[in-house]
Amino acid sequence: MEPIKILTSTAAPLPLPNIDTDQIIPKQFLKRIERTGYQDFLFYDWRRIQEGPDAGQPDPNFVLNKPEYKGAQILLAERNFGCGSSREHAAWAIAQFGFRAVIAPSFADIFFSNAGKNGIILATLSEAEVQTLMQRSIADPRHSITIDLEAQTVSDQQGFLARFPIDPFRKHCLLNGLDDIGLTLLHQDKLQAYESARQNQFWLDPKPQIV
Amino acid sequence: MNPSTPRTMFEKVWQQHVVTEPAGEPTILYIDLQLVHEVTSPQAFEGLRLSGRPLRHPERHVATVDHNVPTTSIADRLVIADQIANAQVSALRKNCADFGIELFDVQDADQGIVHMIGPELGLTKPGMTIVCGDSHTSTHGAFGALAFGIGTSEVEHVMATQTLPQSKPKTFLIHVEGGPNGALPFGVTAKDIILDIIGRIGTDGATGCVIEYAGSAIRAISMEGRMTICNMSIEAGARAGMIAPDETTFAYLKDRRFVPKGAAWDQSVAHWRALATDPGAAYDRELHIDATQLAPSVTWGTSPGMVTSIDAAVPTLDQARTDADQKSFTRAYEYMGIRPGTPIQQIKVDAVFLGSCTNGRIEDLRAAARVVNGYHVAGSVRAMVVPGSQAVKRQAEAEGLDRIFKSAGFEWREPGCSMCLGMNPDILSPGERCASTSNRNFEGRQGRGGRTHLLSPAMAAAAAITGHFTDVRTWNFKA
Ligand code: SF4
Repeated sequence: MEPIKILTSTAAPLPLPNIDTDQIIPKQFLKRIERTGYQDFLFYDWRRIQEGPDAGQPDPNFVLNKPEYKGAQILLAERNFGCGSSREHAAWAIAQFGFRAVIAPSFADIFFSNAGKNGIILATLSEAEVQTLMQRSIADPRHSITIDLEAQTVSDQQGFLARFPIDPFRKHCLLNGLDDIGLTLLHQDKLQAYESARQNQFWLDPKPQIV
Repeated sequence: MNPSTPRTMFEKVWQQHVVTEPAGEPTILYIDLQLVHEVTSPQAFEGLRLSGRPLRHPERHVATVDHNVPTTSIADRLVIADQIANAQVSALRKNCADFGIELFDVQDADQGIVHMIGPELGLTKPGMTIVCGDSHTSTHGAFGALAFGIGTSEVEHVMATQTLPQSKPKTFLIHVEGGPNGALPFGVTAKDIILDIIGRIGTDGATGCVIEYAGSAIRAISMEGRMTICNMSIEAGARAGMIAPDETTFAYLKDRRFVPKGAAWDQSVAHWRALATDPGAAYDRELHIDATQLAPSVTWGTSPGMVTSIDAAVPTLDQARTDADQKSFTRAYEYMGIRPGTPIQQIKVDAVFLGSCTNGRIEDLRAAARVVNGYHVAGSVRAMVVPGSQAVKRQAEAEGLDRIFKSAGFEWREPGCSMCLGMNPDILSPGERCASTSNRNFEGRQGRGGRTHLLSPAMAAAAAITGHFTDVRTWNFKA
C-alpha cells in the first residue's frame, strides 16, 4: 500500500445519497479472479447510455466521462456511500480508477473498512460541509481540494476548512502504507496463548472433534 | 469491566473472542469459522500465495459454490457455459484442494447457499464468531453467533491469522412484542417484521451497531424466521444481528452433523444458555415495535427502506422525510416505472422469484405452497422456486411441495443464489417487474433494468397466481 500524507486534487461530484456497491461495480465484474483491472468497470452502468440508438456508448452527462473532471482523485458523494454488498471490488475499482479519497457525510461499515485496506481516505464531513464542496466542484471543475491526513483537515482555496475524524490506527496505516496481516502477525505469541487456552471449548468449534 | 456488571449477549461473545487489545490498535478478535464461496475468495487465496503465508486453520473454513452456478440442471452446473464463472468455480476447487478446505461442490448432497448450509450442517452454533465474504453473513446471528460480512482483504486476513482487527460496534436492542404467546397477526411473517424495521430506521439506521432482536414475537418465531430477520440486518446498515439461543435454537441444532452429541451436547447447551443478555444490561440504543399492528410489507422503490404495506399506496413526494429522500424517491419512481400514489395492489408483476438465503428455507416453501395449492400461475407471469440448498430441496420433494409448485406452473430449480443477484443465468430483462423473496431491490440487482419488489414467500406466491400484488390475509386457501 502506498503511503499518503497530503492529497491536493480536483474532485468529481456525485450528488446522490445511498450509492450502493452494485452501482459502484455491477455484479458481472465480480466473476473475475484477478485483483487488478477494475478501473474500467467503475460505475459501469452509469457511465453508459442505457437506452436508444446510442445504448452502450459513453454517457457524456455522467461526471466521470466529462473531460473537465478527468484526473480527479477525490470523489464527493452524499450520505451512506458504499452501502449494500460487501464486495471489495468496489474499493478496488475506486482506487484503480485513480481516486485516493472519498468525501461524504457518512459511509456504510463494510465499505469503510474495505476502503481503508486499499489506501483510500474516507473523510466524513457534515452534510452542510459536503454540500459546500459539492456546489463548488459542480460550479467549477477546477475547484481544488486539499486533504491533510496528518492534520485531519479538508480545505480549499476559498477559505473552506473542516476537520474529519479518523481512527488513529487507520490513520497510522494510511500514513505509513502498512499491511494489516503483517501487523496482526506481530501478535503471534498472544494468538498462540489464546488458542491453547481455548483448546477444550469444543462448543465453539465449527467441527468439534468430540462429535 | 467489573465481572458482576450485567452484560449483553454481544458483549459476552465479543469478550470471549478477544485475543489481544494492543494499545492504539483495534482489538484482535478470534474467528471461529470462515465460510467461503467462489466470488469473494480467489483474490484472497492469491494474496496468500503471493505472500507465502499458510492458511492457519483449514478446519475452521468451509466452502461451497452458490453465487455463480446455474440452477437448471446438474450438467449445466458441472461445467458452466459462462467461461468466466466457470473459471471462478474451478479456481475455488483448486484453492480448496491446495489449502485443505472442505468444499461442498455442486454435486454434493449438502451443497447450497453458503448461509443455508452453515446452520443445516450444524457448523453454525451459538456464541461463535463467524465471517464470510458476503454481507448476508448476519444470517447466522439467529443462533446467537456474532456473524458478519467482510471484504476480500479481510477474508485473506482470516485465512492467514484466524483473527480480524475489529473496532467494537455499538449495541442496539430491537424489541418486537407480539400478541398472546408472541403471536403475529395472520399473514404477517418474519420478512414483514424486518422490512418494517428497515422502513422505520432507514438503510443506515443501524450503521456501526450490532442489533439484538428480542421480545415475545421473536421468541415465538421459528429458526427459519429468525434467520430471515437476522439476514436482513445488513439492509438496515447493521454490522450484525443476533438473537439469544433458546429451546427453539437447541431443538433445531440437536443431532445435526457438526453438533456435539451425548454428554458433550448437554455441556454445550449449558454454555449456550448462559449467552443470553443479563437482566439490566444496557444497550446503546433501543427500539420497541408492536408487531400486532403490522401488515404484510412490499417494497416499492430501489432500496429496502422504501417499503410500505400491501393495503397502502406508493408514497408521494411530500411523504419523503428529507431533501435527500426526495431525490431518491424521484429517481426510484422513474427506475421502477411507478407513479406516486398508486395503490400497491394495482401493480402488476411479470416474474416471481421464491428463494435466496433470506427466504429459501423449507418453511418459506411450505408457506408459499399453501397459497399456491389448487391454483395456477397467472398467464403473463413467469415464476420460479429455487430451494436454498439441496437439503431443503430434498425435504420439499419428500413433502410433495415440488408437485404443488410444478402443477401450478412454477419452475422447480436446483439450489443456488439464482435471481437474488443476477450473477448467473437467472436474471430479469430490462423493465421486467419481479415479486421477489430476496433481500435487495437496488437498481439492476436482479439484472440490468430489472424492477424488484421485496416481500414474503406467501405474498410472492399470491402475486404469482393473480398477476399483481395481493393481500394474502384475504386469500382463499383451497387446501
Ligand atoms: S442468496 Fe443472495 S443474498 Fe444470499 S448469499 Fe446468495 S446472493 Fe447473497
